[in-house]
Amino acid sequence: MNRAMPAIEILGLEKIYKVGFWRKRPKRALEPLHLTVEEGEIFGFLGPNGAGKTTTLKLLMGLVFPTAGSARILGHDWTDPEVKAQIGFLPEQPYFYDYLTAGELLDYYGQLSGVSAADRKRRIPEVLARVGLSDIKGVQLRKFSKGMLQRAGIAQAILHNPKLVFFDEPMSGLDPIGRREVRDLMEQLKQEGKTVFFSTHILSDAESLCDRVAIIHRGVLRGVGAVEDLTSTVQGKVEVVWQGTQIPASMKNLSSDCHVTGDCVRAVISESQQDLAIDALRRERLRLIAITPLRTSLETYFMEKLQHAEKPMETAVGTNA
Amino acid sequence: MSARIYYIARNTFREAVRDRVLYNLIAFALLLSGAAILVGEISIEIERLVVVDLGLSALTLFGVVIAIFIGIGLVSKEIEKRTLYTVLSRPVRRWEFIVGKFCGLAGTLIVNASCMAIGVFGALLYVGHKFGRPDAWIFVALYFIILEFLIICSLSLFFSSFSSPLLSAVFAFSLFVAGSFSADLRGFASLAHGVTRWFAMGAAYVIPNFSTLNVISNVAHQQPLGMHLVVQNTFYALFYTTAVMSGAVLIFERRNLK
Repeated sequence: MNRAMPAIEILGLEKIYKVGFWRKRPKRALEPLHLTVEEGEIFGFLGPNGAGKTTTLKLLMGLVFPTAGSARILGHDWTDPEVKAQIGFLPEQPYFYDYLTAGELLDYYGQLSGVSAADRKRRIPEVLARVGLSDIKGVQLRKFSKGMLQRAGIAQAILHNPKLVFFDEPMSGLDPIGRREVRDLMEQLKQEGKTVFFSTHILSDAESLCDRVAIIHRGVLRGVGAVEDLTSTVQGKVEVVWQGTQIPASMKNLSSDCHVTGDCVRAVISESQQDLAIDALRRERLRLIAITPLRTSLETYFMEKLQHAEKPMETAVGTNA
Repeated sequence: MSARIYYIARNTFREAVRDRVLYNLIAFALLLSGAAILVGEISIEIERLVVVDLGLSALTLFGVVIAIFIGIGLVSKEIEKRTLYTVLSRPVRRWEFIVGKFCGLAGTLIVNASCMAIGVFGALLYVGHKFGRPDAWIFVALYFIILEFLIICSLSLFFSSFSSPLLSAVFAFSLFVAGSFSADLRGFASLAHGVTRWFAMGAAYVIPNFSTLNVISNVAHQQPLGMHLVVQNTFYALFYTTAVMSGAVLIFERRNLK
């Protein structure tokens, strides 16, 4: 693959379903989507439930056919079946052949992905260990909990050492430890040079993991960019934290937003007044802990985009192609 | 044959073998063979006829039930449980999936029929104490039954590719019943006139001709079968199965897996 080639290039993919008894009423699941994901990045595809995230992933996997548009994956046409040997996919709330054991399941998927018998023999124990299923590789999947199925799903997605991995809601059904392990796994995949495209509605996961995110709502792309850019400094404000519960009058004058949390006080002030704040704290002999630029959280950005989107979408949904 | 078709077929076979319902059906078939022995013992001089007739009929019926029961869920169950997503997101063509599923089910039925046939031959040996030359024709009847299974497999899979399991079962079983009376339908068509004749003739060609594949009575009565019938039935079953499977592939290739 050409190094300059994006991992994913979505070129106006659009999906309109025909609904109703006579299948004449159009329902627009995805407005023409243009999106590029660079090689080696962790890309978060964010949106509330029903936003079009899974539809986009299904289009890219060839599970549903687009009404219009196309895509390129790893430099190849996305409909080329051979490109699928280089991608891994974890569907949302995965369910597998429950009469198989985890080892048999991975062996089957390895065969379908064209992994040689020798490589399967080596890779299957490796991958099972990586997702924490080594001890129960001989147990039939019908006895697996939701979280264990999710782990098995992740294992099958990375078994064939793909260059690009698609995860649809990978944290779903996992306990906090499992979520942490999946986050670590995604970071490891990135370090191995793989591209990770994952959909989620859990913003904290996206904020901590992603290089870039896209926000989709009601089938329309609302925003895309680097997490650092989207969570940029807010209007030149900083948060000052000092030890104790005392709030000096001088600090009250500088900030109307002072509050005590535990044995610390937090105050939001203008960036231009931070020297005045430091002087005030020195005078009162209070111990300064931190001064940090105040940033918009991804959640704030996300909510803004969604609220901004409400009005225009009311007319867009349900219109004909 | 693509290796992927083989892997999908093997997994389909494994699923069927691990399905407890399948074991129950085999048990019932063996039970029926036992009943054949009992009936054979109380039927003076016609033990062989009763055993062959009842044994092969039971084998057919159980095979058809298994073919429909498993066949109708082959695709719809994969879509419903979303197991198909992780298969088709790999370098697997949709037609390979359908053909693999068909081969797996056909393999299951052949193994199943072979097990039941051993039961029938065992019953035959029990009532006759030895095998005669005419018993060799039972193999031809078994071969035709397997051809019938292939057609029913393809029909179940065809309906499964676009319909719900319940409707697929109704359609497949209706065609099995109608196909079993296809000789009567052809007879009716030859006697009818005008539009009715054309309609009946068209239906007779579309509905699978299971009458020609049913030689159980001939074999039970030790009537020899012509080689031309074997060739004719082989080509007919292969043609019909290929046509139905092509339809299933065409539908499935265009289906959105919502």
